[in-house]
Amino acid sequence: MKIKLSKKWLASPYIIWMVGFIVLPLITIFIYGFTAVDGGFTFENIINAAKDKVNMKALGLSLIISAISTVICFLLAYPLAMCLNNLKMKRKTFVAFLFILPMWLNFTLQMTAINALLEQEGIINLVLTKLGIEPLQIANTPTAIVIGMVIDYFPFMLLPIYNVISRIDHRLIEASKDLGANSVKTFFKIIFPLSLPGVISGITMVFIPAISDFAIAEILGGGRLLLIGNIIEQDFKLGRYNGGSGLALILMAFVLITMAVTSAKSDKEGGHML
Amino acid sequence: MEKLLELRNISKSFNKELVLDEFNLYVKRNEFVTLLGPSGCGKTTALRIIGGFEKPDSGSVFFEGQDITDLAPNKRNLNTVFQKYALFPHMNVEENIAFGLKIKNKSKQYIADKIKYALKLVNLDGYGKRSVDAMSGGQQQRVAIARAIVNEPQMLLLDEPLAALDLKLRQDMQYELIRLKNELGITFLYVTHDQEEALTISDTIVVMNQGYIQQIGTPESIYNEPENAFVADFIGDSNIIDGTMIDDLLVEFLGVKFKCVDTGFGKNKPVDVVLRPEDIILTKPDNDTKLKGVVTSLIFKGVHYEMDVMVNGYELLVHSTKLEPVGTEVGIDVDPENIQIMNKPASEDEEVASLED
Repeated sequence: MKIKLSKKWLASPYIIWMVGFIVLPLITIFIYGFTAVDGGFTFENIINAAKDKVNMKALGLSLIISAISTVICFLLAYPLAMCLNNLKMKRKTFVAFLFILPMWLNFTLQMTAINALLEQEGIINLVLTKLGIEPLQIANTPTAIVIGMVIDYFPFMLLPIYNVISRIDHRLIEASKDLGANSVKTFFKIIFPLSLPGVISGITMVFIPAISDFAIAEILGGGRLLLIGNIIEQDFKLGRYNGGSGLALILMAFVLITMAVTSAKSDKEGGHML
Repeated sequence: MEKLLELRNISKSFNKELVLDEFNLYVKRNEFVTLLGPSGCGKTTALRIIGGFEKPDSGSVFFEGQDITDLAPNKRNLNTVFQKYALFPHMNVEENIAFGLKIKNKSKQYIADKIKYALKLVNLDGYGKRSVDAMSGGQQQRVAIARAIVNEPQMLLLDEPLAALDLKLRQDMQYELIRLKNELGITFLYVTHDQEEALTISDTIVVMNQGYIQQIGTPESIYNEPENAFVADFIGDSNIIDGTMIDDLLVEFLGVKFKCVDTGFGKNKPVDVVLRPEDIILTKPDNDTKLKGVVTSLIFKGVHYEMDVMVNGYELLVHSTKLEPVGTEVGIDVDPENIQIMNKPASEDEEVASLED
């Protein structure tokens, strides 16, 4: 009993942290979200936020950009994870290195640098012009935001997929071939289904942060493209706590739906979130 | 009978360590052949080369007269039952069994019939919808066998399939395997390190050590007439004693001449003499007794007593159903047909091979 009790105590620092920085803010947002400026209970904040065309356009753009970024991350990460797994030297440190490397560079600096590359007068266009090719119009477009998101969130897709793939028993692959399946069939019938828990984790860990992102959009969108995160940020900066909270609650609903869908899927596959 | 499978001069090394050296073997149709040897003897590597999971460095694999050395595993008309079963965890029992048939685009009716037949054959009637994780080791093993045999392979490769099961279950499964083989008429190539298992189930045993074949023969001939000290030592308990072949039908060991049934070794030739512990007869010593010894230890083993008997400075291992207390003086005799004579290892290679284990 004593041991159990003392082990529970080990969680207490984080519990205090969680209450202070997650639970209390959440409660505050719920309170603001469901109260009018005069303090009375209301659904107006949420209804108005949902009626606002600018808001809904931003939410739509957020969903599309996050979805595209997630798909691109997946398409890049899955083959890489397969490749890493096939390396003769399965050096965990090397994989960890790939995971950590992008974080060596300060995030703001990284995004600013991408902007410098993509700008109208940026490095890429300079080179293209020199080569006599029409310059690209990427800067301050959704494409620029997607590029930024893919760079920023890619490791969170790679790591869970690699983890799951590296744990697939090699004998299962041999058994599949033994029973007549070629490499393509073995991939679709054995490797991919068994890697689904990792894929689902990856999707969750990329899509959810991406949908509420505002920093990448602010730097790479040039302040002209508004994602839902940017609007919430503006609302709070301008003191529109009730309206901002209403919008935040709508966003939260999307996050919760995403999590419900992915965790239901991963339960069905017998896997875990992480 | 025709040769179904033949390995010709197969060599294979891993990290410069030679695992198989100029390995030759053939398996006849409908045989139950067992590769038997200690871990690291190359038996599993041989099986993996036949299955197509390893490429030999040199040599060829022939199957039904065709060279299949470079053929991918999925193109070979044989199936493997893997150690630890390798069942697909995301599929239930039926889906596991149906896997190979679905790949071959068999009709739904055909697959359903085959599943039913295979489940009955391995005594798992009604288990089709179970998750493979929810099954015991023995049941998983049966699913693995069913999954392989529904494809009607010419040959089934079994890689220590019973190693993870407990003793009683393992013995039951050995009989099941013999029954399956007889019912299906499939050739079995079996790999194990368990000599009792090999003796029980095989038509032919191939004893291997350090990448070399030590002896090929029926269980009886391997047990009763081991060709060298390694085989004698590896298959069951045995006493291996230095001796001298005085002449045909006469051998001397432990300082005494014994009649034997072996001929052709030459005169006064040093040999190894193998005595199985159960073949040594303990008698009441009297004046006619030519070899006497003293019991130095006694262990009850269930079916018999295991005794050490000190004879002229050599400790003999004896199995007997009759108890002789420690310290008793006993007479020792052996029937001529139970004395197995072997040539001394000629080359250093053989010497090394026989000392390993």
